[in-house]
Amino acid sequence: MSDNPFSLWVYLSQSPLLWLTVTLLTYAATDAVSLKTRRHPLANPVLHSLWIIGAFLLMTGTSYTTYFAGAQFVHFLLGPATVALAVPLYENRRRVAAAVLPMLVALAVGSLAAIVSVVLLARAFGLPRDIILSLAPKSVTAGVAMGISESLHADPSLTAVSVILTGIMGAIIVTPLMNFTGITDFRGRGFAAGIAAHGIGTARAFQVDEVAGVFAGIAMSLNALVTSLLVPLAVTYLLR
Amino acid sequence: MIASLSLILLCQLVGEVAVRALAVPVPGPVVGLVLLLLLLLARDRFPVLARGPLGNDGVESVSRGMLANLSLLFIPAGVGVVQKLDLLAEHGIAILVILAVSVIVTLLATVATFVAASSMFAREEEDP
Repeated sequence: MSDNPFSLWVYLSQSPLLWLTVTLLTYAATDAVSLKTRRHPLANPVLHSLWIIGAFLLMTGTSYTTYFAGAQFVHFLLGPATVALAVPLYENRRRVAAAVLPMLVALAVGSLAAIVSVVLLARAFGLPRDIILSLAPKSVTAGVAMGISESLHADPSLTAVSVILTGIMGAIIVTPLMNFTGITDFRGRGFAAGIAAHGIGTARAFQVDEVAGVFAGIAMSLNALVTSLLVPLAVTYLLR
Repeated sequence: MIASLSLILLCQLVGEVAVRALAVPVPGPVVGLVLLLLLLLARDRFPVLARGPLGNDGVESVSRGMLANLSLLFIPAGVGVVQKLDLLAEHGIAILVILAVSVIVTLLATVATFVAASSMFAREEEDP
């Protein structure tokens, strides 16, 4: 083995073990930094893991397909984690039940604000129509957003990029922005994070406060449904 | 822990099967979430259910552990996106600015509506 370190690399770089380890180690390190800085918004573990792993893949000339063969075991857990949201939802069921009406109103307003603001801004910047269509569903989970984008004959890859960027920016901005407004209702703060920044915003909310996390999870799930209905309507009306 | 994880996977599995069998446009894991929630609520009514993963904080502690590290789960998909950043290069800073402004507008509109609506409904309850 020692006479040819290159063959060792060829073996490791093709096995899921290396890329799974890289993913977990990078997250463990970035999350430790995030904890050390008492969850400072700019120490967001998703943001820093992405560029570190991205740079590592670039330097080693590794394709995303090879990387994903290892990282898929982590990716798979997104489904079970969605099911797991039932537990904090159950534990906070009284607070949630008491806030059903405000949630529904905020869902309608927030979902519309997310779509209308991005479409109008993109039009003001003079972006071409297919780019605007790709950006429109950016506030919902990547899977759902890419489906919407496809049905509008837009570019699902650009949609995925805008979804992840939106999630990261939302997760970074939410805490300072809410502190600036002086709003201390963690139900509302979490709900806004889930509407504006889907799962990455929800992950941030769980770091800050469990109640915020629960409301973010509900907001994210409901927004996926509402946005699928609203985006086609909004773009036909706004982009005539 | 294994029994609790199995219960979570089982809920998702039933959810995936249900949405495909009924052809409803809801993600399978969301149906799984509802199922697990119903199981937890049923446990309050029927104490006989409080065993295995549903007893002794089993499914609760596994779920909390998973949700505490929710950020980790977005990394594999996110890395794919990082490699496609060149899609943005053409329109450069414009898209970044648009997304940033839109996310701020959305956060403020949602939280303001939530706070206003919850104080409005609370007042209605006090003096009907």
